[in-house]
Amino acid sequence: MKLLSHGLLAVSALALTTAFAEAKTFVYCSEASPEGFDPSPYTAGTTFDASGHPIYNRLTEFKKGTTEVEPGLAESWEVSEDGTEYTFKLRQGVKFHSNDRFTPTRDFNADDVIFSFQRQGDPNHPWHQYIPGITYEYYTSMDMPNLVKSIEKVDDYTVKITLNRPEAPFLANIAMPFASIVSKEYADTLEAAGAQADLNNLPIGTGPFRFVAYQKDAVIRYQKNADYWGEAPKIDDLIFAITPDPSVRLQKLKAGECHLMPYPSPADLESIRADDSLKLDEQPGLNVGYLAYNTTVAPFDNPKVRKALNMAINKEAIIDAVFQGAAEPAKNPIPPTMWSYNDAVQDDPYDPEAAKAMLEAEGVTDLSMNIWAMPVQRPYMPNARRTAELMQEDLSKVGVNAQIVSYEWGEYLQKSMEAGRDGAVILGWTGDNGDPDNFLSVLLSCDSAKEGGANRAFWCNEEFSDLLQQAKVTSDQAERTKLYEQAQVIFKDQAPWLTIAHSTQYVPMRSEVTGFVMSPLGDFTFETVDLAE
Amino acid sequence: MVRFLLSKLLYLVPTFLGITIVAFSFVRILPGDPVLLMAGERGVSPERHAELSAQLGFDKPIVMQYFDFLGRLLQGDLGNSLVTKRPVLDEFLALFPATLELGLCAILIATLIGVPVGVLAAIKRGSWFDQVSMTSALVGFSMPIFWWGLLLIIFFSGFLGWTPVSGRISLMYYFPEGTGFMLIDSLMSGQDGAFASAVSHLILPSIVLATIPLAVIARQTRSAMLEVMGEDYVRTARAKGMPSRRVIGVHALRNAMIPVVTTIGLQIGVLIAGAILTETIFSWPGIGKWMIDSISRRDYPVVQSGLLLIAGLVMLVNLLVDLTYGLINPRIRAS
Repeated sequence: MKLLSHGLLAVSALALTTAFAEAKTFVYCSEASPEGFDPSPYTAGTTFDASGHPIYNRLTEFKKGTTEVEPGLAESWEVSEDGTEYTFKLRQGVKFHSNDRFTPTRDFNADDVIFSFQRQGDPNHPWHQYIPGITYEYYTSMDMPNLVKSIEKVDDYTVKITLNRPEAPFLANIAMPFASIVSKEYADTLEAAGAQADLNNLPIGTGPFRFVAYQKDAVIRYQKNADYWGEAPKIDDLIFAITPDPSVRLQKLKAGECHLMPYPSPADLESIRADDSLKLDEQPGLNVGYLAYNTTVAPFDNPKVRKALNMAINKEAIIDAVFQGAAEPAKNPIPPTMWSYNDAVQDDPYDPEAAKAMLEAEGVTDLSMNIWAMPVQRPYMPNARRTAELMQEDLSKVGVNAQIVSYEWGEYLQKSMEAGRDGAVILGWTGDNGDPDNFLSVLLSCDSAKEGGANRAFWCNEEFSDLLQQAKVTSDQAERTKLYEQAQVIFKDQAPWLTIAHSTQYVPMRSEVTGFVMSPLGDFTFETVDLAE
Repeated sequence: MVRFLLSKLLYLVPTFLGITIVAFSFVRILPGDPVLLMAGERGVSPERHAELSAQLGFDKPIVMQYFDFLGRLLQGDLGNSLVTKRPVLDEFLALFPATLELGLCAILIATLIGVPVGVLAAIKRGSWFDQVSMTSALVGFSMPIFWWGLLLIIFFSGFLGWTPVSGRISLMYYFPEGTGFMLIDSLMSGQDGAFASAVSHLILPSIVLATIPLAVIARQTRSAMLEVMGEDYVRTARAKGMPSRRVIGVHALRNAMIPVVTTIGLQIGVLIAGAILTETIFSWPGIGKWMIDSISRRDYPVVQSGLLLIAGLVMLVNLLVDLTYGLINPRIRAS
């Protein structure tokens, strides 16, 4: 009997080992905890990496490694002549995940799409406030409440969305995580059980990975979705090990406790390159760091003065000292990886002599100005204080006396947008959806040059704004490209900003990792990764 | 004893009320607006800002907000996090066991090493042991925790490979959370090697968190011992021929322990402050890191209620320390 039980133990141990050896587990050392698992009420990239991307799908998706839109849960779509009616043909046979509480009885259909949009857009929808205090900030900030007129079910697999006006970036907008499709059947089940909050705690989606468990601030576990409608993931288990400190993340990566990590410290890049067990992927980020003059206040209302100041500042020195070389100098407000980037635009050269002469010619002598340095670190600006100091030094060489000011982050954002603000503000932007409109309209249009907008140069150029508006209502990408290229020429000529840099993104991983594709949007997705034997 | 306990409890009421005011106003004194921080670089229109502020109740006068908070508090409602939208108490209870486990291990290490080292340093005053241990204590006391933790990780985990880098247990082990205490849960899971893994994950963070209290306790024990050993009754005990071990163990140590117990009790506050850094560096999912994140996001409900819960705990520990005096020192019990 004893022999038998020992034998059984040995057999089960063997089975366990084999199961563990066969199950491929991929560990990602993520940088922070997700805010929740329902992607719609939240805005942080960390949350989308943990919820929207692994667990859910959207009608349209971004093609891996690009910002091009491709079919997702919608197999195809048609746009009406006037660009206001989008008819989506939905994919059939798509299964939702199941968990202890819920097993789907039907496949994904039009009801789920309508539910997913209406709960965000309709303040009277029973699921609009399913957690008290919840808001849909992305839906609101992408102007969806004003844009979407109606959303109708044509049949089980056809949905028609009508817009109030034509909007070319719409297809890219709904590829963003906030537009993820949740299961209406699951919501009904939760409502019947009085457990609405579990939509956010125990998510059910159609994505490549099924949610298993989350231990707050520590670990998130996922399992491969065996019924995934797209190409099945190559790994069986996906684990997020939440590790906030970048040096500790790197130690874990080196020790083999995780396979891939985001956001290394620039100072560690050399040691990563030197380590044979690691490799480093890199790609230009979809971002821009800039210095915005207040173009409504003298002498910054004169484009020649702005140009002269741009020519006085040495960008290369900033890139070396602040970005440690991990960036490229920016000449346009949009990054070079974005379609419609106008490479023909000539940057203002670094020429302090000429700058000084230009300032004198415009009658600007003894200029005193403030440079605003943001108090936080962002991928587009690793150290604003240091950047401001370098600018201060450069400007003193052309006779401009600059003082550096800074505020707490919330206050900084608010005060820098107050009318009549002094001087020039260091800030930046990381794209949401890869559409040029998401940079140019948000940051430089007349509409955004008011309180609550983000145009910190208060720059309102009718010709520029008209071009953006035309591009927005045109669905032909070649035509849009031409319009945006023209807009960039006007921007450079008028120089509302000093365009500083587009920073490079780095992703360190263990050398056995294959198939990881960097996203220009900065997302971390794992359905294509594999581990070499 | 009952009167002693009652008088102590009575003091807690005004203290607690005071803490609610401090906790409530502290986070509001900080510049920064949670709505603006949520909007980030994109900005938020004045209308939307007003709408969101009203929804969160920030449009009311500050005194009203305080009484709302107090009113809900009396009903046991600590509010919901602005960020995760989850009840603050749920989050606290999910994270607190991790901090408690780490804190208990740290205080255990600090006491079990600190007291004997202090006693030995006092007995062998001026010896090389005294000098080395007290110099180390000074270094330990002045150690920047963040740097110290990273140093230990790089050496023991990176270079020697003896301990895991961070986390509470190897990711290989997965079992449902029971008590929230990883040592107990891993033992109860019955999975081979889980307990050993939990222990190995606890070693470095406990050492890092114990460093400052250990230094303080060792120094306090030494000076208390030196003071007591100069007392008349110790001399008398020696004079009547009592063995040295008994003089130190019974007469000197017991009396020296009174300030030491106070010191250990006071270290609870130091531990919580240390936990903030230790938890961040070791990715330890506890309340220290939770508070830091919430302060930087101006998550008012979490900061005010979290502070209150922590302050309540510190008060409870202080009460326990007061009661322990009675056990050690009959004079206090009598008065």
